[in-house]
Amino acid sequence: MPARQGYLDELEKLKNDVIKMGSVLEESINNVVTALKKVDGKLAEDIIASDDKIDDYERKIEKACIALIAKQQPVASDLRRVTSIMRIIADVERIADHCADISEYIIKLSNEEEIVMPKYVIEMVYAMKQMVVDTIESFVNEDHDQAERVIAADDIVDDYFEKIMDELCIAMKHNPDKIRQYSEYLMIVKYLERMADHATNIAEWIEFIITGELEIGKQ
Amino acid sequence: MEVNKKPKFEVNNLNLFYGDFQALKNINMNISSNEITAFIGPSGCGKSTFLKTINRMNDLVPGVRIDGSIKLDGLDIYSDIDVIKLRQRVGMVFQQPNPFPMSIYDNVAYGPRIHGIKKKSVLDEIVEKSLRQAAIWDEVKDRLKRNAIGVSGGQQQRICIARALAVQPEVILMDEPTSALDPISTQKIEDLAVELKKDYTIIMVTHNMQQASRISDKTAFFLSGEVIEFGETGQIFSNPRDKKTENYITGRFG
Repeated sequence: MPARQGYLDELEKLKNDVIKMGSVLEESINNVVTALKKVDGKLAEDIIASDDKIDDYERKIEKACIALIAKQQPVASDLRRVTSIMRIIADVERIADHCADISEYIIKLSNEEEIVMPKYVIEMVYAMKQMVVDTIESFVNEDHDQAERVIAADDIVDDYFEKIMDELCIAMKHNPDKIRQYSEYLMIVKYLERMADHATNIAEWIEFIITGELEIGKQ
Repeated sequence: MEVNKKPKFEVNNLNLFYGDFQALKNINMNISSNEITAFIGPSGCGKSTFLKTINRMNDLVPGVRIDGSIKLDGLDIYSDIDVIKLRQRVGMVFQQPNPFPMSIYDNVAYGPRIHGIKKKSVLDEIVEKSLRQAAIWDEVKDRLKRNAIGVSGGQQQRICIARALAVQPEVILMDEPTSALDPISTQKIEDLAVELKKDYTIIMVTHNMQQASRISDKTAFFLSGEVIEFGETGQIFSNPRDKKTENYITGRFG
């Protein structure tokens, strides 16, 4: 039996819980994509209800991290892993919150007169989703290059946000009676843009786990 | 790295053999003054051997052979400095507190007396100053004539530190100074070491990795007679460069 087997098991379990939390988030984002496409208020309500699952994971993992630090005094890459996980789960939780925030607007849109969805919204949501998927994968494999690609992808999502905002401004000017629906889409894309920021944060923490160099917020 | 600060010790290509067995392999290290340098590593890795080499306590071990050099303030400790003078400048505190079976006062005054100090007022002053520096004066000032064996282990260890300080050394070597002590006594010795580094250079062998990370400025990791990694303690414990260091400090072997 290798040294400190119990400790290694606890570390492994911590990592697995983060991966599970990540997969719940992925499912939630997939539902957001579907609900957005169909402007499905019912599905949006389910998304809001499922946010509790993510919150439960956050509490549970946070507790496990604190207990591990208190009882096992991790150092070096173990310490980086545990402290980074505490930051990562906060970002995962924020992304999930934004799934719920977007869902609120989908419900509103579903109760109002339908308008054509701005161009690029679905492309933007896919770009953001890919960032989250890549982030989770780079966490699983501790893959520095993949984390780096996530960070680079943030600019693409930001560009979508700018483009969609321009489009919405023009649309509002031409159809002032639909301003409410347009501003709801504006809120949705702003949340998408924030979700990508949180994915970027996670990717930076993953790089910290791998390299030990703190690059957070450097760009 | 430290351009302005001259190292207290410069160790160059140091090899040590016990007969055919090579206990230290090509050690190169600069040890800075007014810092705590910790040596960590599994049993038999050479850290205590190296510590003992620094004040030539290995000289009398049969079959020992040493090459390379250790310089103290630029002077070779094996050729340029008399061993008695060396040990006056480089004191040692051991794992088990080892007070002499005599009074607390006589323990601390032992070194100065050997060095020819006889005047009571001078000795009184040295004893008080040393016990104060070792953070034990308040606990023993009313019973200096009592036998040092009769106090607690933690107090005995601080008396031993006072005894080492009494000959006004420049360097204090500590070989697992708290491994036989309870947590509160350990804390006192650790606080004391941090306090003492203002005036002394401290080199400490410890099996307690938290201790090394808590109080040392630099840490050297030894394995099979080699220094695997030597660097700032913060770096060693947060981001070691060598996988072997990482595996050891995270408890994956050793």
